[in-house]
Amino acid sequence: MLSYILKRLGQSLITVAIVIITVFLLLRLMPKSGYFTREDYVNMDESARTAYLRSLGVMDDPVTQFVRFAGGVARGNWGRSISVYPKSPVMTIIKEKAPYSLWFGLAALVLSMGLGLTMGVLMARHKDGVFDTFGTIYVTIVRAIPSLIWLFLIQQWVTGLLGWPMVFYEDRPVSWILPTISLALTGIAWYAIWLRRFMVDEENKDYVKFATAKGIPRTRIMRKHVLRNALVPLIQYFPQQVLLTIAGSLLIESIYSIPGMGGLLVNAIRQQDNPLVQALVLLYAVLGIVGVFLGDLLMAAVDPRIKLAGAQGGQE
Amino acid sequence: MKREIPMVSDELFRPAPFNESEAELTGYARYSYWRSTFRTFLKSPVSIALLALIFVLTLFAFAYPVLSKTDPNAVALDTSRWNLKPGAEGGIFGTDGLGRDIWARTWYGTRTSLLLGFVIALFDVGIGMIAGALWGYVKRIDRIMTELYNVLNNIPQTVFLVLLAYIMRPGFWTIVVALCSTGWISIARFVRNKVMSIRDAEYNIASRCLATPLPRIIQKNVLPYLVSILIMEAALTIPYSIGAEVFLGFIGLGLPVEAVSLGNLVNQGKNTFMLYPYQLTWPTVVLAAITISFYIVGNRFADASDPRNHV
Repeated sequence: MLSYILKRLGQSLITVAIVIITVFLLLRLMPKSGYFTREDYVNMDESARTAYLRSLGVMDDPVTQFVRFAGGVARGNWGRSISVYPKSPVMTIIKEKAPYSLWFGLAALVLSMGLGLTMGVLMARHKDGVFDTFGTIYVTIVRAIPSLIWLFLIQQWVTGLLGWPMVFYEDRPVSWILPTISLALTGIAWYAIWLRRFMVDEENKDYVKFATAKGIPRTRIMRKHVLRNALVPLIQYFPQQVLLTIAGSLLIESIYSIPGMGGLLVNAIRQQDNPLVQALVLLYAVLGIVGVFLGDLLMAAVDPRIKLAGAQGGQE
Repeated sequence: MKREIPMVSDELFRPAPFNESEAELTGYARYSYWRSTFRTFLKSPVSIALLALIFVLTLFAFAYPVLSKTDPNAVALDTSRWNLKPGAEGGIFGTDGLGRDIWARTWYGTRTSLLLGFVIALFDVGIGMIAGALWGYVKRIDRIMTELYNVLNNIPQTVFLVLLAYIMRPGFWTIVVALCSTGWISIARFVRNKVMSIRDAEYNIASRCLATPLPRIIQKNVLPYLVSILIMEAALTIPYSIGAEVFLGFIGLGLPVEAVSLGNLVNQGKNTFMLYPYQLTWPTVVLAAITISFYIVGNRFADASDPRNHV
């Protein structure tokens, strides 16, 4: 296992390097106007703009820029925002905004797993029963109709019905409820539908029939074998889900005006704030890779059949 | 008691060549996979009804722009034609804030969104299926594909879109490229994970021992196992891409505002929802009918295409 972890860690580091270099080079294609605030861009003439860009160092060749950027990151300097929050260090902005997304994200994740897994088990247990029918209707609505539509309608109707505030207020906990639930709705559906599917698949396998034939009670088979095996494919995505809660939800944060990370990237893109876009993209990319890495470790740990590390099986 | 174990040396074995006719020497019953699939699928009246609904809506969405003379972009200069309620005056679905006919706009929009969905589903599933089967089966390319997956999957889509919009122009093919460039690999990864658990199954070890060529193993032993998943993914890609278009419209990176699509209709209707709810409601009803039908039909077809449900 240790050699597998080390090998996988090495691979992840290579991926991080490739992603950072690729994204960094792609971002060099961004419009040069993204290094100015709007007034500066209008007030400067062509030669002043060139001089300014030269002073920022963005006219240097990409390799020099990359070395400088990497050195900055190593010292904790992620660059400064230009148009979204003029002159603020990116690190400060992230530190201020991340907690909102993180707390909403984690609360919603706990809710999704709790309700979603329970729902999935109930649906699989009582296949074609009442639970299954209602669960399927719920999952179908959430997954088939674009989320913007029902998120918007929930906000309009529920706040009207219960007299809750339409937007997020930091000092009014009642305004936290709806965004959290909204955020969890897709997660609940995701856990429920996949757990149900994997459990039903598992239940049709020969070893389960054999266990039934031996007279092992259904509850025990479901808990000890079916559920455990059905959870394996889901567990792989768990670390990534936790880590990427920091990225926030774009729709929900902008519908409820939550000052989190979700809206930040889109604002940065709309206002062409190159340093902010660069820092956020690289941050999410690295978190994503770390999540996949941890997911693979978790999966190999819980399911010895997946012989990723070994040389047995498969075509060499 | 000690027993003598006879010595077995490698010379006693010799590799047999692959023999196609002998590979078929198994007891095939008179069983047609696709006939059973369709029979199982058509057993449920709900499936038939939704399939019919998909046909009718698709046909109508593609026929309406050809047959109707109403221009979905015709702006009424007369303010009394603005924001009319559905009914005799305002046409079937009413008119919007510029006096444009929402009934016409809904069907033009449905056509755009369906086309978008079909094109994306075709590319995503086609590429994803082939790449995924190879990825799961051939260990040599696992490293490269995993690397590609990590790179593609970890760059947020919005950034892809902006960079692509920078090179091309925001529009239909930009959305297709942006969604497919990340969509195919998540299908491929899903297929890969499934294949990896099939790969070491006994019947595949047997096939390998019998020197069956790789393309044949994939085609005969692996792909049929994946058909149910792939059909579900294809059907799900359509509601997904329609949803993605709505989402992109919301963050201002969708189709141009003058293009008639369900995404633009929903986003325009949303802004006036408080005063004129029907401007959001009716396009949404059509949109939901389409996405829900595809979703359910896809899932049911996946169930029907699973041989375990054929008995």
